[in-house]
Amino acid sequence: MYNDKLALIIAFLAILGYLLGMKFSARKFEAWPIHRLLLFGSGVVVGVQALAGPVAMHAHHSFVFHMIGHLLLGMLAPLLIALSRPITLLLRALPQKHGQTVSHLFRSMYARVLIHPVTAAVLNVGGLWVLYTTSLYEYMHQVNWVSFLVHVHVFAAGYLFTMAMLYTDPVPYRKSYFFRAFVFVGALAGHGILSKYLYANPPTGVEADAAKEGAVLMYYGGDLVDLILIVLLCGQWYRAAAPHHNLSAGKAAE
Amino acid sequence: MEEKLTYNRRNSFSGVLFGFGLAAFVDEAVFHQLLHWHHFYDLSTTSLGLISDGIFHAFSWFATVGGLFLLADLRRRKQMVPMLWLGMVCLGSGVFQVYDGVIQHKIMRLHQIRYDVDNLLYYDFVWNGIGAVLMVIGILLVWLSRRKKHVQ
Repeated sequence: MYNDKLALIIAFLAILGYLLGMKFSARKFEAWPIHRLLLFGSGVVVGVQALAGPVAMHAHHSFVFHMIGHLLLGMLAPLLIALSRPITLLLRALPQKHGQTVSHLFRSMYARVLIHPVTAAVLNVGGLWVLYTTSLYEYMHQVNWVSFLVHVHVFAAGYLFTMAMLYTDPVPYRKSYFFRAFVFVGALAGHGILSKYLYANPPTGVEADAAKEGAVLMYYGGDLVDLILIVLLCGQWYRAAAPHHNLSAGKAAE
Repeated sequence: MEEKLTYNRRNSFSGVLFGFGLAAFVDEAVFHQLLHWHHFYDLSTTSLGLISDGIFHAFSWFATVGGLFLLADLRRRKQMVPMLWLGMVCLGSGVFQVYDGVIQHKIMRLHQIRYDVDNLLYYDFVWNGIGAVLMVIGILLVWLSRRKKHVQ
């Protein structure tokens, strides 16, 4: 039962790390915008709700509360944290030598495969299918460290997916907007289908009514957070397609 | 000329996307949320229906936003063709309405329009009728926008 304390320590260290990053980055670059600190802080606070506090407490016996925690930790927190650009901050804060090591890591084949939109989508939505359609869901409520690992995966996969869609930090080997939009629709469909599947087929150990309520929440809650992602993705696309000159150079002749 | 064609295509594409999204949104907001006529999940739904619904829902959710951003792009380039765009919105929502009404409701048995009513056929008729009328209006508007161009 120490998951909540562990989560709080990690949250504390994360915010402390971000603050230190801001301090060191300001030595070489202009001051890191304060709104990103607010995004990071709220992301951490939102995410930690799944592991500590009232939502987490009820999540042990209530599928609906489990789902609220899942939406916060797996979707909203990753979005807020991704928008706070922690990796950019890390690269700025580190001394040049270590910064290069980190950017080498991000350019490695491993990172390249991981950040591919399809990999990220499969890890994210596929992980949920595994969690809710196998006995893992029941198991995680019996064994503490399994529960903790599931939560870590839910957050990490959500963060990876947000990064693979929005590229808020410098990601090498970028895919086109169209490709990302295509994968996004696939992932959103996978999430929606799973929600409806759970409506009719409760995970082991969950009662039918609770499963229905949780499934509806998953469906519409997911839509809501994904709407923000869609607007951000399309907004980036819109800005990138800004007409410096018109579609083709021939426009001037008109 | 070729550029005009590209922009016309973009007007059509943006209209269809938004029309699709609009119909799906009205379906979701009015019939699922406000009236509670549609059910979230009907236990007679086929698994193909579940997959079709998932993909259509995700696509139309994205299409609503994407279609409007595309429209914003056309407007900043001053290339919007209002009648063509509106026509394609009607056509897109009509096609979605009929697909939803015939394939998803009837063949895949996703859910029915309303439950505990005797005259479901009536509802189906009106539902698909509205879809068909929207399609006709859409085609008419698209045709008119083409004609207008020829007159010029």
